Amino acid sequence: MSPLWAALDLPRALAAGFFSTVVMTTLMTASQGFGLSRMSLPFLLGSVFTPDRNRANVAGFALHFVNGWLVSLLYALAFAVMGRPSWWLGGIFGLVHGLFVLTALMPLLPSLHPRMATEDDGPTPTRQLEPPGFLALNYGRRTPLITLAAHLAYGALFGALYGR
Amino acid sequence: MHDRSRPAAPVALTEPYPPIGDYALIGDCRTAALVSRAGSLDWLCLPRFDSPAVFSALLDWQTGGRFFVRPRGPFAVSRRYLGRTNLLETTFETPGGVLCLTDSMSVADMDERRREMRVEHEVLRRVECLAGEVEVEVGCDPRPLFGQGRALLQNRRKLGFAFAAGPQVLILQSEVPLHADGAGRGVVGYDRLWRGERRFLSLIAESGGPAAIPLLGAAAAARLERSRLWWETWAGRCRYDGPFPEAVLRSILLLKLLTYAPSGAVIAAPTTSLPEAIGGPRNWDYRYCWPRDASWTLTAFFDLGYQEEGKAFLSWLLYATRRRHPELGVLYDVHGESRIPEYALATLDGYRGSRPVRVGNGASGQLQLDVYGELVESACEFVSRGGELDRPQARLLARLGETACRLWREPDEGIWEKRSGRFHHTFSKMMCWVALDRLLAMDERGKIALGRSRERFARECREIRHAIETAGWSDRLGSYVDVLGEEGADASLLLLGIYGFVDPRGARFRSTFAHLDRTLGAGDLLYRYPPGTDGLPGGEAAFAICSFWAVEALARMGEVERATERFAHLLAYGNDVGLFAEQIDAASGQFLGNFPQAFSHLGLINAALTLAQAEGAEAPAATAGQTGARV
Repeated sequence: MSPLWAALDLPRALAAGFFSTVVMTTLMTASQGFGLSRMSLPFLLGSVFTPDRNRANVAGFALHFVNGWLVSLLYALAFAVMGRPSWWLGGIFGLVHGLFVLTALMPLLPSLHPRMATEDDGPTPTRQLEPPGFLALNYGRRTPLITLAAHLAYGALFGALYGR
Repeated sequence: MHDRSRPAAPVALTEPYPPIGDYALIGDCRTAALVSRAGSLDWLCLPRFDSPAVFSALLDWQTGGRFFVRPRGPFAVSRRYLGRTNLLETTFETPGGVLCLTDSMSVADMDERRREMRVEHEVLRRVECLAGEVEVEVGCDPRPLFGQGRALLQNRRKLGFAFAAGPQVLILQSEVPLHADGAGRGVVGYDRLWRGERRFLSLIAESGGPAAIPLLGAAAAARLERSRLWWETWAGRCRYDGPFPEAVLRSILLLKLLTYAPSGAVIAAPTTSLPEAIGGPRNWDYRYCWPRDASWTLTAFFDLGYQEEGKAFLSWLLYATRRRHPELGVLYDVHGESRIPEYALATLDGYRGSRPVRVGNGASGQLQLDVYGELVESACEFVSRGGELDRPQARLLARLGETACRLWREPDEGIWEKRSGRFHHTFSKMMCWVALDRLLAMDERGKIALGRSRERFARECREIRHAIETAGWSDRLGSYVDVLGEEGADASLLLLGIYGFVDPRGARFRSTFAHLDRTLGAGDLLYRYPPGTDGLPGGEAAFAICSFWAVEALARMGEVERATERFAHLLAYGNDVGLFAEQIDAASGQFLGNFPQAFSHLGLINAALTLAQAEGAEAPAATAGQTGARV
């Protein structure tokens, strides 16, 4: 086993990843419920597999948690490389992660998502989902802020829990 | 007698605020939109009936916002609902040709909604040239929050124009080329159509998550057809074999439009602050549910063959009222919330300057004792049609009886929600009697168990009857009176005979009817009480439901021919698509008050059912699966 993997505390990473994902998902879902943003990462994930909104939300939540765990392993590896885990280093990871989602992943999404329409082609029988646009601003003006805040919370909480 | 059938009547665009009767309603059983004869969608609240409006030109011509599709230049208009549906068809006759506009809000059943990415709300408009050539003009200018908010306009190229207001987004796709208007707030466009050409416009709204953007062209035509079939199928379930079937069917279709499908609640009207008197302050928000309408609503649904809707409504009603148990609220929102604070929107001019425009309803804090009778009566109607109450529901009803016993001696604001104080209204006392009488009847049939309350309820019943027959009766007038010990007239007293408190063929009820018709009548119409006696400035018009109560009362008195004739005359007051507002100006026939009004149409349906019964028509089917004559 490489020293990097050896430094990884898998049970702790998974537990911390689970709680961090719960908090991040709660923040983003609450922002939807309070009418601050229409962004729903679970729905965007789930709608890859089904057009039914209810099923997409359920499947998306499950996938989102799996994603949360996988990303937490990456965070844990990054901590192993960069030194002792801490809430502030986790927060920085979260911010970078959030910026990546907003600036790189979201604009790419229409090319990756089988049901997402594009402004160039318009809606088609299979692609009708509204694209997020630059910084996901199509889903509401507060969306970038909320997405960054949620990812920051994810990273900081993971750093704090994993470093204990 | 007024005849509102107006084939191809000219429409003037220079005059703001069309008559209330110029509007027709489309909806998706979650919210609804009013479309004028000029093809202008002037009222739409999103995402549900009682949400803030995104189009409210109805209440402020300048700043309210609208979505119109119409010919350029002069035109004359005729309208109808397409067959037995709530799809509206407006035909414009212009010097150059004929244009047909079909408006709907898309509906689909659950299976269809699962198969595709659901759109939260869609207003789908098809404009088609039937003859000659016509230049079409389109404008869409949403103004969120009753015109107080600002929608950020974004051109999303092939995905249409988006109007973003907070997290809510409206996306307009159009086969008519559009561009931003001069102010940059809305979009406008023009197109010339030749005979046989058509264009679709789709306005969708999403407030919960990423929107789904439906296709235009053949896919839009399929959605329109699906909505038409959905309504046709629903209307096909109507079992009514009696007089005036078209009016009854239009009324039950309206009732379905005013039903909030997720909960089963039925709202009183889709509008707020359409005035009871032009320029006056009698402007109220009716986008809520009044338990008062319960027994009529239930009768209408059940007797016309809509058991599912009736059961859903009763379940919602019992759920909502449980929240304030053991006392009842006057009104509830579609999810059962009874605290609905009232405030005025200072920035809106109001319909033809009728201010204030109110949101919320202060009547929610009133004491109105009649609601106990109406709620228990609706449960009794349900049980008499074979329905079963579960134990919590039966217990709840028995507790309501206890509350009626405790409160009936108290003064209240009464059925008309006057804001001039509390009085001992005869009608409120009578409805407490109805509550107790029906509970005793259900107890006798073993549907509920009153136990030790039985004796008390019977005793209180006798006491209420004594109070009404003595202090609620005037020998001088030969009539029951509005308030115990007073001598005022009130059309709600007609319900004494309709609810069976007195024999409708008896002398007391006959002379009461004659007195009320003489005092409150205006031709075939009836005022609810003498105008100018409610403590508010200005008068008001005749009340549609009271006019239908008069028909029902006549039928129960055995004067069926007179009732039928009066009913036919009343129907002529409906607008060109058969809808009624709350009130009708007796002199001009113009509508006043919120529109269209469930209360008025419930009166229409119940009067027709009574007429059908009186005429010895085949009894409407009361149980699911039973076949019967269809409208």
